[in-house]
Amino acid sequence: MTELANGLPLAAVSATEKAADVETPFQRFLSGYCESKVAIGAFFGFLVVLFLALACPWISPTNPYDLMQVDIMENRLPPGSARYSDGMIYWLGTDGQGRDMLSGIFYGLRTSLFVGAMSGVIALMLGTTVGLTAAYFGGRVDTVIMRIVDLQLSFPTILVALMLLAILGQGVDKIIIALVTVQWAYYARTIRSQALIERRREYIEAAQCLALGHRRIVFRHLLPNCMPPLIVVGTVQVAHAIALEATLSFLGLGLPPTEPSLGLLIANGFDYMLSGRYWISFYPGVALLIAIATINLMGDQLRDVLNPRLQK
Amino acid sequence: MTVYVIRRLLQAVLVIFIMTLIVFFGVNVIGNPIDILVDPDCDQACFEAAEKALGLDKPIIEQYFIFVENALQGNLGKSFVIGMPALPLIVERMPATLELALSAMILAIFTGIPLGMWAGLRPDSVSGKVIMGGSILGFSLPSFWVGLMMIMIFAVEFGLLPSTGRGETVTVGGIRLSFLTLDGLSHMILPAINLALYKISLVIRLTRAGMREAMHQDYVKFARAKGLSTTRVIFVHVMKNILIPVVTILGLELGNVIAFAVVTETIFSWPGMGKLIIDSIQVLDRPVIVAYLMITVFMFIFINLIVDLLYSLIDPRVRLQGIKA
Repeated sequence: MTELANGLPLAAVSATEKAADVETPFQRFLSGYCESKVAIGAFFGFLVVLFLALACPWISPTNPYDLMQVDIMENRLPPGSARYSDGMIYWLGTDGQGRDMLSGIFYGLRTSLFVGAMSGVIALMLGTTVGLTAAYFGGRVDTVIMRIVDLQLSFPTILVALMLLAILGQGVDKIIIALVTVQWAYYARTIRSQALIERRREYIEAAQCLALGHRRIVFRHLLPNCMPPLIVVGTVQVAHAIALEATLSFLGLGLPPTEPSLGLLIANGFDYMLSGRYWISFYPGVALLIAIATINLMGDQLRDVLNPRLQK
Repeated sequence: MTVYVIRRLLQAVLVIFIMTLIVFFGVNVIGNPIDILVDPDCDQACFEAAEKALGLDKPIIEQYFIFVENALQGNLGKSFVIGMPALPLIVERMPATLELALSAMILAIFTGIPLGMWAGLRPDSVSGKVIMGGSILGFSLPSFWVGLMMIMIFAVEFGLLPSTGRGETVTVGGIRLSFLTLDGLSHMILPAINLALYKISLVIRLTRAGMREAMHQDYVKFARAKGLSTTRVIFVHVMKNILIPVVTILGLELGNVIAFAVVTETIFSWPGMGKLIIDSIQVLDRPVIVAYLMITVFMFIFINLIVDLLYSLIDPRVRLQGIKA
């Protein structure tokens, strides 16, 4: 944990010396990230996935959840078949209800990314607040909070999520609750260990001497300096949340059949797979894999770039 | 040490008590199982009779006390659907799950460690990079989807391996085991590989990191300077040292593998505990859900306790007296 770690002191010093050709922390971060070609590829791959998910109502060939556009007679068509009515090509085939797989995957990506991002953001906020509180106040507060975190982390995520969904039932809100419950502890643990180091720094003492409020010190002074490890954990956990949501939906516990999710698409295909109709399960899985792998690869590179111990 | 164990046990009792509250009241809030279980033509009288037979007519607080009283006597209620006591129903399926989980662990150790060592010795070679790329893929691949693809390739396309059930079993000491028969073994290959994939990636990464660190240590240089062969240095000196973190982490992961078996069992129709809980959730078989959750909570508290105690035995730096319980 050198002074370089949080970037600020270095930038401040060099800015006074030479204002012209100084690398800002962000530029340094950017050039570090771009050292790996795989990471750049992952970033653009993720952008494509994100674009498809956000823009799917406008770019997908059909709306698979609009019953007017679905012809039940055209179910389980192999990839490349043409629609009878207007000759539109089903590039990835159709599923058991005659819905276009390509459109289904676009909409599925949208749901999966939404659930992953939502639960990631909520778990991040919750975990950060709890972890910072524990580190800043220490003592009994810290002990109690970390007991709960340890207890939570000693149970496998899938088991806790399963337990919660068995109790709560299906639904987008419910799966987000379940994912937040299993993930907040990771954020809390990460930020606490970082905050414990930062808390002893002079700038916190200075802020305390100025008699600033606790809330202001924690969120305006402590939090910004604890961000790097949080970003790394955040990327990995979002990828994890997407995978977990798909798994739970596949088991029939996550999202209801009315919500198009990649896990559900794969589950639907499971029934037809034994008769050799691979495409209903195969392509949604590929989409899921691309979404998770790009996030994981970005997370890998972020870990290298933001890790002060590896900084040259 | 004794004080620590007693403290941990008291803590465990407290956790179990809280879990009974959460699980029991949580599960009993969800839908009414009567609607699913009784005949659709049932009139009010037979409806009430069914409710009475299942003990659902009493107030929920009373139901909870009856549940705790029975649980203390080892009775976790009767399955609404199958009509059998829930506890033996689950315990009977436990060996299948454990068998699957253990074989996945063994598979992870015996494929992960050699691959990780190879990648650690030759980090810049093509094979080393391929192994690492594969491990990233192993982390990112959703394991349930891989399971489906394995069924499709090996069972549907080529018809090489069976994809459902346990196959022929042999009963040893009252426990049915699959791995002792050829048929059972062939049924186990796909689910075990599927369950092991994630752990293989993990072991590869751990072993590779350990290997790269160890190769620069003084004891390796010394062993080389003594004129020992490279094989001996790697397989005797280095291996012993890198195994410690790998084995520790794998021990911690055993619980995870058992939990994740839920997914694998569902895909491969493996008749273990995980398949039972998924089926029970779908038909709202409350006693089985409650019993399963209680048993797993129990199991995990036990596993965690053992791991913590073993830690202090393996690593003298961890002193339990110092830890606040």
